[in-house]
Amino acid sequence: MKYDVLVIGGGHAGLEAAHAAAVMGCFTALVTMDKHAVGRMSCNPAIGGTAKGHLVREVDALGGIMGKLADKTGIQFRMLNKSKGPAVWSPRCQSDRKLYSEAAFELISSTPNLEIIEDSVIEIIAEGNIIKGVRTSRENEIQCTTLVLSSGTFLNGLMHTGLKSTQGGRFGELPSIGITESLHKLGFESARLKTGTPPRLKKSSIHFDDLEYQPGDQNPQPFSHFTDRSNFPFLDQVPCHITYTDREVHKILEKGFKESPMFTGIIKGTGPRYCPSIEDKIVRFADKERHQLFLEPEGLDSDLIYVNGFSTSLPANIQIEALHKIKGLEDCELVRPGYAVEYDFFPPQQVDLTLETKLINGLYFAGQINGTSGYEEAAAQGLVAGINAAAKVKGLPEFVLKRSEAYIGVLIDDLVVKSTEEPYRMFTSRAEHRLLLRQDNADRRLFLYGNRYGLIPSDSLEKISEDESLINNSINLFNNLKLHARVVNSFLENKGLSEIDSTETISKLCKRPELSIKEVIGLINDKDPMIGTLLQNEKALEQVEIELKYEGYIKRQYEMVERMEKYESAKIPLTLNYHNVKALSTEGREKLNKVKPRSLGQASRISGVTPSDISILLVYLKN
Amino acid sequence: MSFIEDTITALATPPGFGAISVIRVSGEASIAAVDNIFIGKRKLSVAKSHTVHYGKIFNSDEMIDDVLVTIFKAPNSYTGEDSVEISTHGNPLIAKTILELLTKNNVRLAEPGEFTKRAFLNNRLDLSQAEAVADVISSHTEASLRGARNQLNGLLSLKVDELRSLLLNAASFVELELDFAEEDVEFIGKKDLLARIDNILAEINTLLSTYSFGRILRDGVNVALVGVPNVGKSSLLNYLLKESRAIVSEIPGTTRDIIREEVSIDGFLFKLFDTAGLRFSKDPVELEGINRSREAIQSADIVLFINDVEQDFDQLLYNDVLKLNKKSKIITLLNKIDKGYKGDKKYDLTLSALTGEGIDILLKSLKNSALINSNYSEKTAVVSNLRHYQCLTKCQEDLSKARESTSNNMSGEFISVDLRNAINSLGEIIGEVTSEDVLNNIFTKFCIGK
Ligand SMILES: Nc1nc2c(ncn2[C@@H]2O[C@H](COP(=O)(O)OP(=O)(O)OP(=O)(O)O)[C@@H](O)[C@H]2O)c(=O)[nH]1
Ligand SMILES: [Mg+2]
Repeated sequence: MKYDVLVIGGGHAGLEAAHAAAVMGCFTALVTMDKHAVGRMSCNPAIGGTAKGHLVREVDALGGIMGKLADKTGIQFRMLNKSKGPAVWSPRCQSDRKLYSEAAFELISSTPNLEIIEDSVIEIIAEGNIIKGVRTSRENEIQCTTLVLSSGTFLNGLMHTGLKSTQGGRFGELPSIGITESLHKLGFESARLKTGTPPRLKKSSIHFDDLEYQPGDQNPQPFSHFTDRSNFPFLDQVPCHITYTDREVHKILEKGFKESPMFTGIIKGTGPRYCPSIEDKIVRFADKERHQLFLEPEGLDSDLIYVNGFSTSLPANIQIEALHKIKGLEDCELVRPGYAVEYDFFPPQQVDLTLETKLINGLYFAGQINGTSGYEEAAAQGLVAGINAAAKVKGLPEFVLKRSEAYIGVLIDDLVVKSTEEPYRMFTSRAEHRLLLRQDNADRRLFLYGNRYGLIPSDSLEKISEDESLINNSINLFNNLKLHARVVNSFLENKGLSEIDSTETISKLCKRPELSIKEVIGLINDKDPMIGTLLQNEKALEQVEIELKYEGYIKRQYEMVERMEKYESAKIPLTLNYHNVKALSTEGREKLNKVKPRSLGQASRISGVTPSDISILLVYLKN
Repeated sequence: MSFIEDTITALATPPGFGAISVIRVSGEASIAAVDNIFIGKRKLSVAKSHTVHYGKIFNSDEMIDDVLVTIFKAPNSYTGEDSVEISTHGNPLIAKTILELLTKNNVRLAEPGEFTKRAFLNNRLDLSQAEAVADVISSHTEASLRGARNQLNGLLSLKVDELRSLLLNAASFVELELDFAEEDVEFIGKKDLLARIDNILAEINTLLSTYSFGRILRDGVNVALVGVPNVGKSSLLNYLLKESRAIVSEIPGTTRDIIREEVSIDGFLFKLFDTAGLRFSKDPVELEGINRSREAIQSADIVLFINDVEQDFDQLLYNDVLKLNKKSKIITLLNKIDKGYKGDKKYDLTLSALTGEGIDILLKSLKNSALINSNYSEKTAVVSNLRHYQCLTKCQEDLSKARESTSNNMSGEFISVDLRNAINSLGEIIGEVTSEDVLNNIFTKFCIGK
């Protein structure tokens, strides 16, 4: 038996890959060590957040499943950065860990064309430079046309608490041994990364009444474009609680430093700088009096609390001693101590923008194996890898998003071009076209692609195209439609705003930060029927308002995209031998040879490649 | 696909002081751009290819130079694009001014080798020629700011580096609030951010004001040629000007009034003042001349105190000159060494205005003195290159926009657009263009991570 698409690992990357490939009509199998652990949240029980929320929206707009699962199992929804401009609004939710995993299993097991195989892979098999399949510990060999490898932190996973270390990728789960070694044999290079988790506490042992709390939004918004808003949210909503460490806590933690696997050098992998362990924070920011901790519920029925901000690999007795000095945690019971986990990853310059490896045809890497951290980053890659694996089988064109089209494009381009030395996390500041890549327009940006690969239904696409013309026509109308001073000024005066001279276009009035588009439209006496349609379409109205209010900035970003586009669309053949391009700088040549960029734009982002190298390439490519 | 849409310009003749300078302009907008600054018999836009036109270049009302303009229409030009060549008088100041005027008319300065690159891209060159171009491009970059660590540029790149990290800090504060809003860190207030932007803007403005079109190049360096009669002051003036401007004779006291002439040495403008020989005289005309010489000495940036091999060093006269100007600005010269002389340590330099021997050393020390005697101390960064000037101007514009967004209470992501552009503009001067810098800065400066 031979599968079209075989996916290894049932984490957030693997789920998206398997689901997308199956929906695209490929005969697909997902290999996981424990089928009830699919979609398990190994870090904090939350989805989304700044920039990550954007990724979830994009995954959803391409037909992925993460947004739907999060909506189904969310127990607190918040839109972050609401006080800022719309480009940095980011949805986030707390999830019921158990329900999320169950919902994932349900969805995956009811997806046609998709089989779940409980087994562990011990070898990747290729013939020449073509993928053949895998060898597992139970079955001999599973054959496939394409393979998506998304094995998370399991590759040679090693967990540390104090000076004790245990093999495993996640608490209580075995590591994958053998995959890294077989990839080495195929010519791949690996390196080590590290990530940490905080302790889990018993909910009933915490004095919540003493603590500040943070509830969800009054009017929660779902992630998915397809979630029925009428009875959303589906589950009871619960708050998080906030507490702080202090000097005394830091002193106790310091006692454990001599038994810290990080400080004693036992841990070799590089950890993320944006998510340091509590011991790291104490050392690097010694003058900080206190550090904030979020107590996140693991689920409605769960008696576990996740201590976000207290990730640590100090010995368990030190962890509990320090926790007991923290307000609200005086009597807390430690259910599971925090630990650090080290694992293999494959520096992502070894994959192409499709996430197919450059060495082996038909082999794709997605998720932590590429050096990323986070469920959302994993899901985004899983989806892209799954679509591309299926597209290869079906003979469809490759699926690559540009940096100017999606955070997903930024993510993969960053990985492929710059590689990474620490677990890579998405930030809005990584997206140079941030004002265009908003969570509110993910559908406008991406439905078309989702539909092209059969993952977004055509009627959804039609609806969005209708909206598109409504939005554009409305903007045109408002750019020309003028209101008279006599109609507008009394209203402005009432609001204490400066009055207009004779006439002013609707667009210009909308630009005033104090005025909403609805107020301005309210001043129009003789309404074009289109305005009526617009007023009934909240979604389109919001888009019109954003585009009018921030028109100047948005226009400048589009101009920037256009300027870059020439370089982005100047293709470089993967077969180009940079040693033949004489005048390149030595460093530039080396880096170019390693990354093998697809376009001049990509080449220009490689560190060490100078503007003159780009000029030289341009001249050379003209041949 | 065409990468060529903008119009470029550069000096086609070697920089410096020649009989004529040729400025080349190439690209779609070239003819229109030159039309904007050129007044001739008729508009260049109606002229045919390969025709030459006489006229004047104007900077609004100010006439810059009489020029000859040659029109080449695509594809029959060196680059294969519409091109214009402007022949001007060979004064680097004129050339610089015209280049500046062009850059205000949709034209940008060409990169090294760019004309040839365009020629290649428009199929005007073959492959072997093109490879030579690549070499040109790469060798030029080697010699660019990073490599050429001469003192002026070294200071500039230090300064730009410093400003860039100030900007990175400001941008980090803005980004911090966007990507880490949930963190327990302190965010920057509007007032603080404005103060930071203003501080950097002020520094950029100071840098811009040092642009050599500033004092030295715009006003030139005043040089007084003084000494007792007949030592060869006028002869030296003539030699430097390469023409017989001043009357020279063996009769002492030939020069009565001050002769003022300009000369450019490696892009620096010098104003030479040939003075009447200083001596005791009863002739009222000559006395008046000597008085004027005193004024010239007083206002000089450099005093060339000249003597010749036939007379002893006039210590009394030297002391008089010292009363009028600083010792550090006086260069003592011994002239007529062709007549034979035995090494004399009293003089900074020895030369012959007749044979030209020793003149090269004089030119060098004039140039050095120009730098030292200019308003800039050796510790000040000076902008002397037009491209750097343009990058700084761009940075200034970016910062002003960021400032405006901040004052208008715009959210950080809008301020950030222009702050980032400003960082890139500075980065272009020193060749630093990594996008990771802001995040790296945040991670080192702030305790991030729940
Ligand atoms: N051999 C020789 N003769 C020189 C040199 N420089 C100037 N002379 C001669 O010296 C005489 C005086 O030269 P000027 O240039 O007129 O001297 P000056 O210092 O301007 O004299 P006043 O204007 O009268 O103060 C002329 O006969 C020159 O030809 C030189 O370097 N070598
Ligand atoms: Mg004279």
